[in-house]
Amino acid sequence: MTESDEEEERLYDVLVVGGGNAALCAAIAACRGGASVLVLEAAPKFYRGGNTRHTRNMRCAHDTATDTLTGPYTEDEFWTDLHQVTGGQTDEDLARHMIAESKEMLGWIAEQGVRFQPSLGGTLSLGRTNSFFLGGGRAMLNALYRTGEKLGVEVRYESELVGIDIRDGMFLAARVKRGDRTTKIRAKTFVAAAGGFEANIEWLKQYWGDTADNFLIRGTPYNRGTVLKMLLDAGAHPVGDPTQCHAVAIDARAPKFDGGIITRLDCVVFGIVVNKHAQRFYDEGEDFWPKRYAVWGRLVAAQPDQIAYILFDKNASTLFMPSLFPAIEAPTIGELAAKLGLDAAALEKTVRDFNASVRPGTFDPTMLDDCRTHALEPPKSHWARALETPPYFAYPVRPGITFTYLGTKVDRNARILMQDGKPSSNMFAAGEIMAGNVLGKGYAAGIGMTIGSVFGRIAGREAAKRANN
Amino acid sequence: MRTTEPATPALAEADRLMTVCNSCRYCEGLCAVFPAMEMRRSFTDGDLRYFANLCHGCGACYDDCQFAPPHEFDVNVPKVLAQLRAESYAHYAWPRATSRLFERNGLTVALAASLSVAVFVAGFAAWTDPSVLFGVHTGPGAFYRLMPHNTMVAIFGGVFLYAILALAMGLRAFWREGKGADVAAHAVAAHDAARLRYLDGGGAGCSDSDGPAPDRRRPFHHLTFYGFLLCLAATSVATLYHYLLGREAPYPWYDLPVLLGTAGGIGLLVGPIGLLREKAKRAAATRVPQLRGMEAAFIAMLFLTSLTGLALLALRETAAMGLLLAAHLGVVFGLFLTLPYGKFVHGLYRYAALARYAQERKAGRSADG
Repeated sequence: MTESDEEEERLYDVLVVGGGNAALCAAIAACRGGASVLVLEAAPKFYRGGNTRHTRNMRCAHDTATDTLTGPYTEDEFWTDLHQVTGGQTDEDLARHMIAESKEMLGWIAEQGVRFQPSLGGTLSLGRTNSFFLGGGRAMLNALYRTGEKLGVEVRYESELVGIDIRDGMFLAARVKRGDRTTKIRAKTFVAAAGGFEANIEWLKQYWGDTADNFLIRGTPYNRGTVLKMLLDAGAHPVGDPTQCHAVAIDARAPKFDGGIITRLDCVVFGIVVNKHAQRFYDEGEDFWPKRYAVWGRLVAAQPDQIAYILFDKNASTLFMPSLFPAIEAPTIGELAAKLGLDAAALEKTVRDFNASVRPGTFDPTMLDDCRTHALEPPKSHWARALETPPYFAYPVRPGITFTYLGTKVDRNARILMQDGKPSSNMFAAGEIMAGNVLGKGYAAGIGMTIGSVFGRIAGREAAKRANN
Repeated sequence: MRTTEPATPALAEADRLMTVCNSCRYCEGLCAVFPAMEMRRSFTDGDLRYFANLCHGCGACYDDCQFAPPHEFDVNVPKVLAQLRAESYAHYAWPRATSRLFERNGLTVALAASLSVAVFVAGFAAWTDPSVLFGVHTGPGAFYRLMPHNTMVAIFGGVFLYAILALAMGLRAFWREGKGADVAAHAVAAHDAARLRYLDGGGAGCSDSDGPAPDRRRPFHHLTFYGFLLCLAATSVATLYHYLLGREAPYPWYDLPVLLGTAGGIGLLVGPIGLLREKAKRAAATRVPQLRGMEAAFIAMLFLTSLTGLALLALRETAAMGLLLAAHLGVVFGLFLTLPYGKFVHGLYRYAALARYAQERKAGRSADG
């Protein structure tokens, strides 16, 4: 703490840092619990809400079908799915607690003014398990902010935490920078809901080296991990592999930050993927795309210059969801190589070898079909069809980072655990900043929002209780 | 794939936005625009004009969009579709040369109305003796002492038939860009249009200055639209009275044409005022300032039609009747004349777009199995 900082007079019951789903659920729950609440959002108003802006659904357990869900999704099934996607890297007690609490969340979230819709179009496969926000994540956020402000939650934008005063695991005050001014804000309790560090390229470089310069950040540029780092430096117990992040292959032409959903490409399984030397490097048809899309970020990150190209022909050109940038198109593989800046002879050979190895089969994108290559390394196990119908198309792809796994350890009350294993008396965490507790690895659609809402609500409720004591 | 470049900047921008939106689809539950878009991978100019006429300008997708300005993707669907919608009115206008009437539509309609009123007043003054013009006339045929019935029928029948022809030709041009619709699709469209189903962004309320709120355009639009229909009904009943029953206007206050006309007239007073007020409150970001003239002009014409009509009803047994009749007939003539060249056409194209959408949905469902 700098002594010269102006100290604000008001002592808040609950100080929430962050402005996304977890933060707002915490703020609303705390306010409904009778606490005075201040929310500090580092982003300007339009960009409020971190990566919640880019979400569109949440995964909650439910015992029966509803207006917007096609069937039941039991706690056990949810647990099985979570266990599978994380490969067991989850805190079972905490995860089961979250899943149990998720049952109430659908109703609770709707009470806060958020509207749901049935899953439509391209998301039917999630129609039973995931609840879709009408209008998407920003619509959800708008509803939460409206409700919070109606209840009396104070929200300050462009307010960045630059320091925390923590003694013996107890939060005392925060230093907050807004414009040129830095003030000291005191509160009885503290809720950290400020996301991960995926937008902090320097931090990513600690684990990835200079290759991180070629990463694109799919979401908010404001998740720089400032709060996470302060907490860890102050003795919070870390959780999750700091070197890991959720990465998918997205269009290389996407902006550095905040390109969101529209830069994703679903066409890997219908073509081949080559690196800058025009060589294939992984089985494009290993499994259904929803089960494999998350491995491609890492795969492309391991290629020279962190770039790769998805190639397909006319036959495949309408089999996947459209995306923002048009595919690069050419009448021959050689001309396509020229447009991509690849060695034409090498690319022609790669395609020729691939085409020659394709075995006859019955192409069916809805199942693991029998269209595969023979004696090709790496193989393509399904949906392998020769690239022989012009025009030929390509999308350049780079690793797109969605979120990071490193966080602070928490208990069932969302209380931050310190390195000595004891819970902090007045610090709580919710959302991506603690997601590593239950999601140590992998991802399942909508689970980030579940973690945010469930632990946000718990954190707010418990913080209000603590402040009222 | 698109084979030609978009013909105008608004079309080019709508094409860009629909490409963004079709890759996102988060708004697909809000209204008909986005599901219609999802049935395509690329968009013709006709498709884009169809989307524009499906859009009710509620603004929900703007509030909900993570890529709205100041984001670099600069997605503002309601504003761009409003621009394109206005452009489409000019595009379909018949005959072609009348497209230009949409350029400064507020001024055009105001001039047409003023001129029309002036001609009627001048005509009454020229052809009628002052003692008749400023006299008190009562009983059946009172109006026709100022203007013979056959003259009135010739003038209004003429302008009305012209308006119908021009509207029909515009609608035909729009319709030919789609693939038609069956009776069931028309039933769905009629239902959706009558209830303004897509006015409120899937139920979250339309966008106004303070973010989504209960949509107050709907009751005022209902008052306006159904008020207009009641007035048409009043005129139709009166026409039947005249030719079938040989009963001449004016009719007593308790008679059907007067009751229908009065009820409709009240709707056309309250509805337009409410619509203007609610429109003024809407978020500036999603509106196109240049289009306010067109919107206000049509609303004002409906309001003036009702105002002069009700004034005529109230004062028809006084010496003011002659001038009020001239004013009312002038406004109505101006209204009919400008129907094909003003905001009125939005109703036709919207209905046609809804019918096309209902048909496409059905075709899409049966194609899905």
